[in-house]
Amino acid sequence: MRYEAPETLDAAIGLLAGQSGQVKVLAGGTDVLVQIHADMIEPDVIVDIKKIAEMREIADEDGAWRLGAAVTGKELMDNAAFNAAWPGVMDGVRLIGSVQVRGRATVGGNVCNASPAADSVPPMITSRAIATVIGPNGTREVPVQDIATGPGKTSLEAGEFVVSFKFPKRPARSGDAYLRFTPRTEMDIAVVGCAVNLTLDDAGICTDAIVSLGAVAARALIVEDAAKALIGTPVDEAAMDALAAAASAAATPIDDKRGTVEFRTEVAGVLAQRAAAIALERAKS
Amino acid sequence: MAKQYVTTIVNGDNVEVLCDPTQTLLDVLRDEMDMTGTKEGCGTGDCGACSVTLDGVLVCSCLVLGIEANGKKVETIEGMAQGEELHPLQRKFIDHVALQCGICTPGLLIASKALLEENPDPTEEEIRYWLAGNLCRCTGYHKIIEAVQDAAAEMRGN
Repeated sequence: MRYEAPETLDAAIGLLAGQSGQVKVLAGGTDVLVQIHADMIEPDVIVDIKKIAEMREIADEDGAWRLGAAVTGKELMDNAAFNAAWPGVMDGVRLIGSVQVRGRATVGGNVCNASPAADSVPPMITSRAIATVIGPNGTREVPVQDIATGPGKTSLEAGEFVVSFKFPKRPARSGDAYLRFTPRTEMDIAVVGCAVNLTLDDAGICTDAIVSLGAVAARALIVEDAAKALIGTPVDEAAMDALAAAASAAATPIDDKRGTVEFRTEVAGVLAQRAAAIALERAKS
Repeated sequence: MAKQYVTTIVNGDNVEVLCDPTQTLLDVLRDEMDMTGTKEGCGTGDCGACSVTLDGVLVCSCLVLGIEANGKKVETIEGMAQGEELHPLQRKFIDHVALQCGICTPGLLIASKALLEENPDPTEEEIRYWLAGNLCRCTGYHKIIEAVQDAAAEMRGN
């Protein structure tokens, strides 16, 4: 195995495009090194992208945040302004692994590792963040929900990698939240996860909403009927009931040791309600 | 591929070591530098036994390539005591008998030290959340929490 640590995007593109054997992008390494350790992958070349300056930046571009794909969870948690802007994204980031894991793990890696249960992915989807993807054929913009296509699989083509995520400006009276169900509070994998991002008008009526479920399908889902249940309402009990029904109806989970189909389907609705309640509070404050 | 030179500062000392690109920082510490205080538990970032700090950030050394430590500062359990004088956390772990087999202890001490540098007066809940990435299969954690609280109080001058 060869290790390369390019300092520019162009150098990284050249290294990733010019290889014949298996090439792996290394960000935080909290998934890649485990996969090497378990003999799941045997890369010929590792391209460490942590020395590329634009991939390490967290920038407030006039209210629209740009987050480098190699920024660690800890670096994000230490950025008070980003935490205030996107508390729901941070709900997800704070749940990734342990303090040790968050010292290395990146949101870019969480998205590109393509686990259906990745905690930062549903709130990244509901933030409507757009990934800037670069590769041998140039740059393209990809919504976060279109990166993962199934467990461990992405839409990235050979030689492509995510450079950064661009968040839209947030309208006034907006709030987001992410919750997951796990048997342990820490160091566990979501049995179900749900993110809600909503905006209210000055009368408290929901004018915009987006709901995403994790761990109940092959990749994180956007549930349009769940958003419709909230839009045009004051997010009252009737809207919450419709939200839960829509979330449960959209869940197509598997049975495994972490939860049954029946349990996950019901919990999807419960978490949607609870996440919406937190997002509502945040939108009002 | 041929081995590569890695230059790091380990516990304040400049160290140059030849390592294979596949070796983790944990492998390099234990097998190339003969610093076996850092323990291997799971090797997959779940147990925290291999905790060290890298440029001041608490990490699992099993999830870092040795070559990634090039040019960085590494702090391990070997650097915690000042000569013969134990760090307050080390003394309090002994006083409270916060260990049995001892495999998790170096990682717990390094993680606890990182906590107290960030938060000198943590609540029990904050300690438990912070140490969630360090598994102990002997003590049941209670004595560990007490030792950290007691050390924190001493370090604050109470």
